Amino acid sequence: MQNRIQQAFQKKGKGLLNVYFTAGYPSLHDTVPLIKSLTQAGADLIEIGMPFSDPLADGPVIQASSTAALQNGMNMRVLFQQLEGIRQEVPEAPILLMGYLNPVMQFGVENFCREAAAAGVDGVILPDLPLDDYVAEYQDMFRRYNLRPVFLITPQTAPERIRRIDELTDSFLYLVSGPGTTGGANTQAEGVQEAYFQRIEAMNLRNPRLIGFGIGDKASFQRACQYAEGAIIGSALIRALEGTDDAPAAAARFVSSVLK
Amino acid sequence: MSTTYQQPTERGYYGQFGGAFIPEMLYPNVEELRQQYLDILADPAFQQEYQQLLRDYVGRPTPLFEAKRLSAKYNTHVYLKREDLCHTGAHKVNNTVGQILLAKRLGKTRIIAETGAGQHGVATATVCALMGMQCIVYMGEIDMERQKPNVYRMRLLGAEVRAALSGSRTLKDATNEAIRDWISNPVDTHYIIGSVVGPHPYPDLVARLQAVISEEMRKQLLEKTGSELPSYVVACVGGGSNAAGAFYHFLEEPAVKLVAVEAAGHGVNSGHSAATSVLGKPGIIHGSRTLLMQDEDGQITEPYSLSAGLDYPGIGPLHAFLADSGRARFISIEDEDALRAVAELSRLEGIIPALETAHALAALGQLGAGPDDVVVVNLSGRGDKDLETYLKYADTIL
Ligand SMILES: Cc1ncc(COP(=O)(O)O)c(C=O)c1O
Repeated sequence: MQNRIQQAFQKKGKGLLNVYFTAGYPSLHDTVPLIKSLTQAGADLIEIGMPFSDPLADGPVIQASSTAALQNGMNMRVLFQQLEGIRQEVPEAPILLMGYLNPVMQFGVENFCREAAAAGVDGVILPDLPLDDYVAEYQDMFRRYNLRPVFLITPQTAPERIRRIDELTDSFLYLVSGPGTTGGANTQAEGVQEAYFQRIEAMNLRNPRLIGFGIGDKASFQRACQYAEGAIIGSALIRALEGTDDAPAAAARFVSSVLK
Repeated sequence: MSTTYQQPTERGYYGQFGGAFIPEMLYPNVEELRQQYLDILADPAFQQEYQQLLRDYVGRPTPLFEAKRLSAKYNTHVYLKREDLCHTGAHKVNNTVGQILLAKRLGKTRIIAETGAGQHGVATATVCALMGMQCIVYMGEIDMERQKPNVYRMRLLGAEVRAALSGSRTLKDATNEAIRDWISNPVDTHYIIGSVVGPHPYPDLVARLQAVISEEMRKQLLEKTGSELPSYVVACVGGGSNAAGAFYHFLEEPAVKLVAVEAAGHGVNSGHSAATSVLGKPGIIHGSRTLLMQDEDGQITEPYSLSAGLDYPGIGPLHAFLADSGRARFISIEDEDALRAVAELSRLEGIIPALETAHALAALGQLGAGPDDVVVVNLSGRGDKDLETYLKYADTIL
């Protein structure tokens, strides 16, 4: 069965922009208005962060937004309530939930899948869910709810592991641009990053690729798009939302600045 | 393969606890370690270097001391395993000596560590100085304040101490920062975890490196009591490394009662506690499925203990299994009772224990040990680092 993620890639082919923001940030009820304004401004995929108290793979910006979102009262129940009816308003853009395994486990993985599917979520990114555990315990469940897992690939991921990851999903591959947490500086010797992107491109994988971590403006977005079907922007968007009292407007301005 | 208490499964499980729940960025490093640690530990050249350093540098074997006045008070036989006499003042160095040799064999040149009480940070800075390696230690801002002498020691030893400013600014947050550093430096860096926590193979690796404690205990007990097996082994548990080392060679000896002592802070139900075995539910922290203090949404709760080394919302997966299976008894001790135990050991035996260790000592009255029993308390560290705290609470202590 196809889902919206595949359709988005088929339709546009390249230059896809995936934007990440933390649910419940800057204020609790910004989640749905943000989805609408981001897609209207031209974002192709929406990745919603489920805030966690101890986000190990995230840099300071997403950490701070997660803490703020939790203080605002965000949790899984509230998020699924907010997402109810989202598909009437945003019918096409793929929506992914990104988060850490512990809150999902406590909610119950099957409950989580059921609620996500009911809300019209298409994909799930859980960076600390091991591949073997996914295959052994959750793969069938994800299939039943037509949810696609998205797995990360880094410059250190071995080729045979990349092939295995590529076999395990029909969505996209999340290419982490270099060593670091989200928003990271990625200081690497010249040519190293290009060589990594080209090496992955040359593998002729089944899934399209999106490059993420440290992409934050028009220049870095366009550069990433030379090596992949698109890119993911998170921390830079969240920074643009900091301190604003009109988050949807700030988000739209940010997306325009990247795409114009 | 079924689990024993000593040996987790190939994927690092003790019963339902353990595993390696890590983001892809850490996978190559952790996998490299998993594939190599047993071979490296078993390599005779490694063992020779490790044993020699334990003897000539750490000062092992540490004595097993019969505490006669303490024994009289509790009407039983109390022996103290003197890990406080290790170089740097706590058991932590047993692990860091082993892991620095491992890091060298893995070709790593940069070492990172987290620390709570500062003892693991000092022990890591020490072996890095010894081996001429770069050392960065993450420490919660609160802990830097309450364990100041250890911050100075680390700096004197050439380490860089970086403050962890997130969350409760204690051990959990220092560990988060160390993990993020490792994510950012995946090629040249080895992360020396300080307890039996973290993703597999760390809990097993650290337990094996601390197992020397109980290996020595068995020999020393045989000599002193005529039996290798005591009635009780008592140790405090933050993450659980000194307890894992003290329990290790008794885990498969059902006659030996194992007692793990956690920090109750202001009281188990006060909302200011670190008694994970009572307050925790299965969950994931720092890459391991274990007992974890968390709210109903799965957000990790901030723990509290006066003692920086026990102020952690999880316990190692081995200990979660020991608690769950009933193999070990878990006792929790409040701040004040730990402080009183500091005074008691100081006055009765002339030994000033670390605040962490004092929790184990404070459990002596709750064991139910009788005059024919032999109780070994693992004296995990000395109290020098805590003098400022002891001064502040002089009214309770004296
Ligand atoms: C003296 C001493 N004992 C015990 C601990 C607690 O650690 P663990 O539970 O890993 O032994 C610490 C930690 O800093 C310590 O310094």
